[in-house]
Amino acid sequence: MVETQFRFRDDEPVADPAVTVDSFGDQTNAAAVRVEPGDDARELLPFLDRLKLVEVNFPAFTDGRGYSAARILREAGYAGELRAVGAVFVDQLGHLRRCGFDSFAPNAAIDPADAEAAFNRWPDVYQATGDGRRPIWAKRHGHEQHSNDQRG
Amino acid sequence: MYKYDQYDQAMVDTRVEEFRDQVRRRIDGTLAEEQFRPLRLQNGLYLQLHAYMLRVAVPYGTLNSTQMRMLGDIADKYDRGYGHFTTRQNIQYNWIKLEETPDILADLATVEMHAIQTSGNCIRNISSDQYAGASADELVDPRPYAELLRQWSSFHPEFLSLPRKFKVAVIASATDRAAMRLHDIGIEIVKNDAGEIGAAFYAGGGMGRTPMIAPLINPFVPIDQLITYSEACLRVYNRYGRRDNKYKARIKILVHELGKDEYVRQVDEEFAHLLTQGIEPPLAELERIKPFFADPAFEAGASDDLDRSDPDFALWVDRNCHAHKQPGYIIATVSLKPVGGIPGDASADQIRLMADLARDYSFDELRVTHAQNIVFPHVRKADLHTLWQKLDAAGLSTANLDQIGDIIACPGLDYCSLANARSIPVAQKISERFTPAKSDEIGELKLKISGCINACGHHHAGHIGILGVDKKGIENYQLLLGGCEGADTSLGQITGPGFSEDGIVDAVEKATEVYLANKQGEERFLDTYRRIGMAPFKEAIYG
Amino acid sequence: MKILTGNDLKSGAVIWWAGNGWSLHVDDAVDVGEHGDEILAREEAARRVNSSYAVDAAKTAEGIRPNHIKERIRALGPTVRLDLSLKPADPEAGNWVI
Repeated sequence: MVETQFRFRDDEPVADPAVTVDSFGDQTNAAAVRVEPGDDARELLPFLDRLKLVEVNFPAFTDGRGYSAARILREAGYAGELRAVGAVFVDQLGHLRRCGFDSFAPNAAIDPADAEAAFNRWPDVYQATGDGRRPIWAKRHGHEQHSNDQRG
Repeated sequence: MYKYDQYDQAMVDTRVEEFRDQVRRRIDGTLAEEQFRPLRLQNGLYLQLHAYMLRVAVPYGTLNSTQMRMLGDIADKYDRGYGHFTTRQNIQYNWIKLEETPDILADLATVEMHAIQTSGNCIRNISSDQYAGASADELVDPRPYAELLRQWSSFHPEFLSLPRKFKVAVIASATDRAAMRLHDIGIEIVKNDAGEIGAAFYAGGGMGRTPMIAPLINPFVPIDQLITYSEACLRVYNRYGRRDNKYKARIKILVHELGKDEYVRQVDEEFAHLLTQGIEPPLAELERIKPFFADPAFEAGASDDLDRSDPDFALWVDRNCHAHKQPGYIIATVSLKPVGGIPGDASADQIRLMADLARDYSFDELRVTHAQNIVFPHVRKADLHTLWQKLDAAGLSTANLDQIGDIIACPGLDYCSLANARSIPVAQKISERFTPAKSDEIGELKLKISGCINACGHHHAGHIGILGVDKKGIENYQLLLGGCEGADTSLGQITGPGFSEDGIVDAVEKATEVYLANKQGEERFLDTYRRIGMAPFKEAIYG
Repeated sequence: MKILTGNDLKSGAVIWWAGNGWSLHVDDAVDVGEHGDEILAREEAARRVNSSYAVDAAKTAEGIRPNHIKERIRALGPTVRLDLSLKPADPEAGNWVI
């Protein structure tokens, strides 16, 4: 299993192996699932209360389906660990985080200084994505954040 | 026009630093080309046939004189003294160095410009009507909505790795001057029976290999749900657009394969969900943006008279100028299609001159049209002759708007590594074949040339369209007739076997002869073609 | 013959494999035979070239001429702006492209 290199959670990571979305429903003990690009993340919505870890696989960094999968899960109230795995490179880290990922297990290790720069690159954001950051339009008009805050 | 606040400025400045860092890593080898390529594309940087090419964004085709002057200066400082205005209202530079690109972006950022998402599998430049804010036939100025969409789409973290590029056009008039229905999403701002403003959404249009006209997917989205609905459309596309075949990856294929009703059902489902997520900016944000597009300080009671005693000036007024909503004013188009010239190209000096003229005669505003021309939107009629004289002195007074000489052409094989044939020499030969008198006789004829199936020249939407192909290493040209990009959008039909470069010019001439021989009343070429059909043209062209 | 072309990473200039390095001039190009892939892999890895590929060409009395019009235009410059070509003073510059 690839090492989790960056993690933005205080709780203990689960050690459970991640099962596929297809088999997850049948396995009432499973607390970890792995979402492939072609999976429908909404199939997991009935099971959010027992899910502790969702891995979303990026076989190719250009396949952006995992970003939508992540947001769908967070929008449904999933508060467990949401891990981006696979072809994850430093230049995607910020966008992944904005979509709700809070841990990262890239195939190839990323330079920690580069990663920190990537995570902290943008002082502001244009969109509300549920990552807890107030978008620019909210700051302009004094809105409190609407979206669910996944940060602890 | 829109002015950045501190947030907008910080975003483009941050983007420059991000790209500077990415370029550094590419040059020192820590970032491989395969990882770097999507990053540079999303900063507008292509690697083309001769060099890197940079596509700078002109959001919804609007810019001021300071920005236009910078575009001219960039051409001199970093390129070879000219730029090319594109069919998506942007500008391209053909001789860029990678190592200088961060500095170019930094220079652009000082005048509130950028090259963000002008390429790559993401939401591209939002295009709009080049007469926005000036024409009497619009419901409202569409550009505040385009600006709202621009901010929403910029660096949207969920939609930066779409199956393919995504092009949006926003209009607010029944007269579609932006080829709205040939976009991935086309939006028309409309009013419902209760007098409320909303957006009609069309999805799944496009050209390229499989041209399609976007069907209407929602006749009225309330304006305070514009962003939420857009996000729903994009999310469905991101999740279900094809990723197995680059040539079937656009949303038009998804809409076609699902069927419009199923696509709409999925969007509606996602839309209902997203409405609970609070992602829509408050109406106050739209109200903040709108004043930037308020009317300039028109002079009340400005004279509506025009001294037409100069016959060349009168010709140019009749052909290149359009009525303005404000009495005493007029909309003037500068044709960048001189006879025998390169469509859409302008020298740095010409660009700077147009900047000065905009400052002096058009309330400091210009537009880039998707037909690769430049518009001065707000010219006082009293100033028009002076403006024309200055254009004329600079070789910018060609009076051929929407005529056969006003050719839309992609850069083609002279510049583009994707091309199969050259397009510019064909454009040059066609423009030289038709005299001004003959062009006048023919009247409105929108001729569009693409150098390959990617259709950047929009040949499917030409009254006459030309597609360059590679026939065993020799350039060959197919002729299409009857395309149209307006409210009555239609796709051109191919006439038959292709032609050599000289042959296609002859074939175009024959097509115009068939039109003139069969024209009834005030029919345009397109009208006659639609009435009499392909057969008479085919017979004349192929004998 | 098989020749190799690509772009200089930093400047974007079109370059041709000349055997001991990369040249701006197609006439310096050498026949790489079957060794194209190996040379390109090495040169890309060292970042001495970017986006490189092999091209069929012929050696003529006038110089090396790529077989396909696309690479001939690549070697020369845009046919509609010969003032931007590599040999702007050469009146013959445009003749052998098409």
